[in-house]
Order: sequence, then structure tokens, then C-alpha cells
Amino acid sequence: MGYATKSPWVIHYDASSCNGCDIEVLAALCPGFDVERFGIINTGNPKHADIFLVTGSVNERNISVVKQIYDQMVEPKVVVACGTCACSGGIFHDCYNVIGGVDQAIPVDVYAPGCAVRPEAIIDGVVQALGILDEKSKALKAAKRGA
Amino acid sequence: MTFINTLIGTVAFAILAPIVGCLLAGLDRIISARMQGRVGPPLLQPYYDVRKLIDKDDVTVSGVDGVYMTCALVFTAFAGGIFFSGGNLLMSAFIITMAALFFIMAAYSSRSPYAEVGAGRETLQVMSYEPMVLLMAVCFFMAAHSFNVGDAFKLNMPVITLIWPAFIGFLFILTIKLRKSPFDISTSHHAHQELVKGTTTEMSGKTLAKVEIMHWCENVLFLGWTGMFFLWGGPLSIILAVVVALAAWFFEIWVDNNFARVKWQLMLKSAWIVALVCGGVNVVFLAML
Ligand code: SF4
Repeated sequence: MGYATKSPWVIHYDASSCNGCDIEVLAALCPGFDVERFGIINTGNPKHADIFLVTGSVNERNISVVKQIYDQMVEPKVVVACGTCACSGGIFHDCYNVIGGVDQAIPVDVYAPGCAVRPEAIIDGVVQALGILDEKSKALKAAKRGA
Repeated sequence: MTFINTLIGTVAFAILAPIVGCLLAGLDRIISARMQGRVGPPLLQPYYDVRKLIDKDDVTVSGVDGVYMTCALVFTAFAGGIFFSGGNLLMSAFIITMAALFFIMAAYSSRSPYAEVGAGRETLQVMSYEPMVLLMAVCFFMAAHSFNVGDAFKLNMPVITLIWPAFIGFLFILTIKLRKSPFDISTSHHAHQELVKGTTTEMSGKTLAKVEIMHWCENVLFLGWTGMFFLWGGPLSIILAVVVALAAWFFEIWVDNNFARVKWQLMLKSAWIVALVCGGVNVVFLAML
């Protein structure tokens, strides 16, 4: 395992979520679970983050924001869709302004379903994302060496 | 001879300070976590963080922030080298301020509003602590009759016996210098604060790694300044100096965890008042001695 997996910094964005999943994301980051044990830090700055946690579906208003944040993140990066809304649009999927799950805007690496998604499911999702992050980090290194 | 000494000191500091600083930063995070009822990250977490940052892709907004940060690192190493090779305290203080200025330039260079606000606030931090740093150096000179840190070993008793008010003042501004709460106004280590990340908002990858390493080195240097007050007689007094420096470090972590951030007005006012009272009174007292 490379260093990328030992210090995953996350950024959390609330798309059109009902706030249920957001509370769960923050609950997963609270001292009770103490994710800093694994080096996880909630950064609030896309340029510093490695893992993008999105809750809620994307709509016409926030799709540009989701894309912005994703583009500002520095490679290697992974996206975890937290909650059913973020995975597929959930109960809001046929709203007039809802486009769908997060994967309609940006490439999603891990889907963590649940309404609301449980902190355990989020942590599971992040752990899975770490494996992908490691692969991406290795690929980036290889590409750099090749270039 | 002094030039060679400084050069050797600088190289030694550039190698050793990041190691010591990294361990101190790891210890800081563990102690902070324990104070909050958590287990906390492994001791080497700051090292993992920096290694990860170095592995990240190169992205820069202005193209020059990395260069500015390299300058800041070099000046930090130089300031540390001068101090730990027993050189001129005043010079060390000036050069570390140079490093701070390069850090501010790096933040300004991105032209991002968040980074600019952070840079402005970092400037205010420099303005807040600089008077006390200068008065501390003056007090040291009046007590030890030399600006050279190495001359402290020729004293019969440590300078703290004569300049303890300046030491109290220095402890106050140490919190600002280490960018710890309640004076962490230019940048923050935690998300969901008003300025996002202040100075480092637009920095990523290697540039951010340089910022981290610079902070480690700075911490070691400032703790060195703290220990300097307790040097006298022979090199054996270094043990006491190290103990005091570690105690000050623990005290700073405690303060960091127990006080909410203040507004910059309060920081500037209180730091200048402390400098005038503690430093000023001390200078007058030494002048009359
Ligand atoms: S998945 Fe459920 S809890 Fe989560 S944002 Fe959608 S509706 Fe709310």
C-alpha cells in the first residue's frame, strides 16, 4: 500500500440531498468513529482532498458545482457516492429538476447505498475507495516515470 | 570560522529539524486526540501526509508559489542554522521573518480571494509577534551582553533569571508564531471554518508539502528559542532547555485545544500590549541594573 492510502483527506459536498445523508457523513467523521486513526481528515478544500464524498442527487443548479469541485481536486482522486440519492437519484429521481445520480456529472468510483446511508457504510465505502486510490496513485507514478 | 559554523549548522538543521519537527507534529496530533477523547493517528502520520502530497500530481495556479515556498524553506533552514550553531539571535529572528514573508508572497501569488485574505491575516500575525521577538532579542543582549546564543554558555546563571518577564511575553506570542488557536487566524487545521484554508487554499501537492516541512522546521526553531532562556555554564544545561521547550510545546497544545479563535483586532492589540508591558518593563529594568 502506498502513502496515498495512509493519508486520505476527504471533502464533502451536499448536492440535492435531504440532509439525512449529510448528517450521517458528519457522524462518520465525528470523534466516536475517530477516522483520524486512519489518517482521514475532513479538509473542506478540493485542492487538498483525495476523496470526494457526495451526498444527494445532482440537479440543474448544482451540476456545475459538482464538476467544479471534481476538476479542482488533484490527481489521484476518487469519488464516493453516499446514499441512494447520490447513487441513482433515489426518491427524487423523477423530480422535474433532478438529473440523476452523481455519476451523471462526474465519474463515480464507489457507490455506498442506503437511505440514509449509515456511517458504517460510508466508512466501508471509503475503505474500498482507498484500494482504488492506491491503484490510481500507482498508475500516475508509472505515467510520470514514462513521461 | 563563524561562516563555516553557520554553514554546517544550516545543513545539520536542514536534515535534523524536519525529523524532529515531524515527530513533534505527530505527537501534537496524538496528544490533541487524547485531549478530545480519541485515539488519534499514528505517530508518523505527518510523514505519511507529506509523502502523499509529494506523490500527488503537479498543479499550480500561479506557477511561482512553489518557488516562493522553496525560498521560504531555505531561509528557515538558514535561520535555524544560525541559531543552533550558536550564532546571532537577532539575525536568526530576521531571517525567519524573511521566510514568513516568502510564505505570504506564495499565498498572494495565486490571486485567489481566500488565499489573499489568508495572506493578509498572516501579515497581521507577523505584525503582532514581531515587536515582542525584537524586544526578546534586546533583552537577551542586555542580559548576556551579546547577541550570540553560544555566549549563553559563558554565563554564571541562565538569562531567565534576569529576563523572565520577556519569557512570559515570548510564550504569549509563541502561540501566534506556531499558528495555534486562539491565534490560528491565517490558516486552520480543521474544515468548516470561515476561511476554508486561508494561506494554503490554492496550494497543493509538493507546494503544500513544503509548507508542512517549513512548519516543522519553524516549530523546532521556536522551541529552540524557548530553551535558550535556560542555558548557562556548560552544555549540560541543554538538558534543562530541552525539558522546558517540551513543556512549552505541551502547554501550546493545551491552549490550542481549549481556546476558541479570536478576532485579529484582539490578537494585534493583546500582542502589542504584552510586548510593551513584558518586554518594555524588562528592558527598562535591565537598563537600570
Ligand atoms: S438517500 Fe435518503 S437520506 Fe440520503 S439524501 Fe437521499 S433521501 Fe435523504
